[in-house]
Amino acid sequence: MMTQVETSTTAAVPVLDVHDVTVAYHRKPVIWDVDLTINTPQLVGIVGPNGAGKSTLIKAILGLVPMASGRVSVYGKPFRQQRRLVGYVPQRESVDWDFPVNVLDAVLMGTYGELGWLRRPGRKQKAWARECLDQVGIADLEARQIGQLSGGQQQRVFLARALAQKAEIYFMDEPMAGVDAATERVIFELLRQMRDDGKTVIVVHHDLRTIAGYFDEVVLLNMRLVASGPVAEVFTNDNLRKTYGGRLGILEDAGEAMRAQERSQ
Amino acid sequence: MNAIDLSPIAETVCTTLGRWLSADPGDVALGLRTIAVGSVCNVSCAVLGCYLVLRRMSLLGDAISHAILPGLVIGFLLTGSISIVPMFAGALVFGMLTAFLTQTLQTYGRVSEDAGMGVVFTSLFALGVVLISGIGRMHLDKDCVFEGKIDLVAIDITEFAGLGVPLALGSLLPVLVMAVAFILLFWKELKVASFDPMLATSMGINATQIHYLLMGMVAGTTVAAFEAVGSILVVAMLIVPGATAHLLTDRLGWMILWSAVMGVLAAILGYIGAAYWNTSVAGMMAVAVGGQFLVVVIFAPRHGLLSKLVGNLELSLRIVAEDIVAALYRLEEQRTGSSEVDRATVDQATWADCRGFADGSLLTRPAAMMLRLRGQLAFVSGGRVELTDAGRRLGNSLVRSHRLWETFLDRHFELPADHLHEPASRIEHFIGPALQEKLARELDGSAVDPHGRSIPPLEQDDTN
Repeated sequence: MMTQVETSTTAAVPVLDVHDVTVAYHRKPVIWDVDLTINTPQLVGIVGPNGAGKSTLIKAILGLVPMASGRVSVYGKPFRQQRRLVGYVPQRESVDWDFPVNVLDAVLMGTYGELGWLRRPGRKQKAWARECLDQVGIADLEARQIGQLSGGQQQRVFLARALAQKAEIYFMDEPMAGVDAATERVIFELLRQMRDDGKTVIVVHHDLRTIAGYFDEVVLLNMRLVASGPVAEVFTNDNLRKTYGGRLGILEDAGEAMRAQERSQ
Repeated sequence: MNAIDLSPIAETVCTTLGRWLSADPGDVALGLRTIAVGSVCNVSCAVLGCYLVLRRMSLLGDAISHAILPGLVIGFLLTGSISIVPMFAGALVFGMLTAFLTQTLQTYGRVSEDAGMGVVFTSLFALGVVLISGIGRMHLDKDCVFEGKIDLVAIDITEFAGLGVPLALGSLLPVLVMAVAFILLFWKELKVASFDPMLATSMGINATQIHYLLMGMVAGTTVAAFEAVGSILVVAMLIVPGATAHLLTDRLGWMILWSAVMGVLAAILGYIGAAYWNTSVAGMMAVAVGGQFLVVVIFAPRHGLLSKLVGNLELSLRIVAEDIVAALYRLEEQRTGSSEVDRATVDQATWADCRGFADGSLLTRPAAMMLRLRGQLAFVSGGRVELTDAGRRLGNSLVRSHRLWETFLDRHFELPADHLHEPASRIEHFIGPALQEKLARELDGSAVDPHGRSIPPLEQDDTN
């Protein structure tokens, strides 16, 4: 396929290049001037305190929230032209699990991107979706309504759906939140397998204790980019203190000033 | 002019039904026409309404169906005629405007979604009412807005293929076809955008566009339906059949089919009810759909109240039965002296004692009957009861679970001795063989519980 050729022949082009991205809600910036480059397929963790803008950064990259400034390129081209190379796992709470679909239906949604208008998933897509379910170890649950699953199983459905997207670079928003230890290990093994298959996996992660064990690179974020790079170099006490030791007061003040300005207009 | 002539068939149907219901064939024809109009309208609203229910936007249907009123009036003012096209266009614009303003207020105006919607649609509806009253010469009267003129649709007919077809179908049928086509063509886009709009958008399926397309369809359907059946029925049909169908199934396709069935059924039941009680047809159809919802809420196989009630009853019955069995087992244990403590002469238990074992529960008798039918309990002479071998195995397992749990609590929670019995009595009914095994391993095969009673080893079933 075209996409395969592109990704394998352009090794010199970075997988992901985020340039000077700022996102604002109601004109108040929530992330400021973030630069981030990932050169080769890796397992990348994004960490930072609550409200640091971790999910927002992912959503901005995926075009789900408007950027006030900045640009994103995936394998050397703007994100819009490269959607098919990108997979997404939103937070589990972001959807209604009472929705009347079964597990297989939910995973099939991952194939909708490659199907054009009017085309429905057929036998080929179903076989592929089953394969993805098998990879996350819940092939036996395909006929269950998604609301009848445990939290860990629901998370696996999301992962299978992402696998079904056949992407090169995956963004996952807290895939290990609220799952039991056994599921967390299974998920992590799967992520490592994906990395070994040449995929890039970017994960918002909340548990600092497991960062060093899980990830190749880490991104420390707190409204601005504190540091990014290989875990051994970047994941230092000093950087953690900068990330978690309270906001930079001046950013808050500047954001408030911009919002106040709008109010008085 | 028409090649096909269906009038003989229609006549046969009407006379047959008429004889059956002992009614005039002419009245039957009127009834069938009304039901046809109601069904077409209900189904278009119901199938689109499924998506509103799933997207938790049920009230947006309500809002749109009210807010299109000024659109109708302005369409009339601009052209000076009650022809469908300009009024339809006007209403469509205002329908979309409602969806757009609600969204915008929420995003930029620091107004919550429900409040924003409430402000937008009441204001627009009020504007419509003011416009109608101010103009005076308009034939849209206010009662018609609420109830429509479904009572008249059966008289307002045209000849087609030998049948008297209600004129209202001229606008309602195209709307139904459009609604069905919309759902079929955009099946997967609607599905993913409703379930996970973030994923949809990241894949290039613009969830916002799908949202506005859906709102456009809802507005269009509402306008067409509005004239025929009025706003009460439109709002009811947008929300209730979808909500009912969701209780009946776990698949989207079936949900939509069920909602359509509910729509047709409501039209039939509503018409019959209205004829019987001589009341508003549209109102009665709305009542019928509400009645369907009530029935489904109670009787739905999986999500219904009745099945939950039955489930709870079954559980209570099992617990009472198990309490009796465990108590009898303990008594036997004391009689045979296999326990170190409490060694005493104990009489064999009687039927009356069983009520005490179950804390005087009303379910004692049914539970005892159930145990007897299952061959776990035997009634012997003198009103005494006795465990059978099967009953003894059950009792053994329960008492084992109970004492294992007490031991486990004692070891890991450091609770005083009088805090152990209660939780163990509650949990003993839910510890299966697997968990029992796990507990036993966790406690390294400990043989005595914290009260000094021995934990009985698992009795094997010798019969097989």
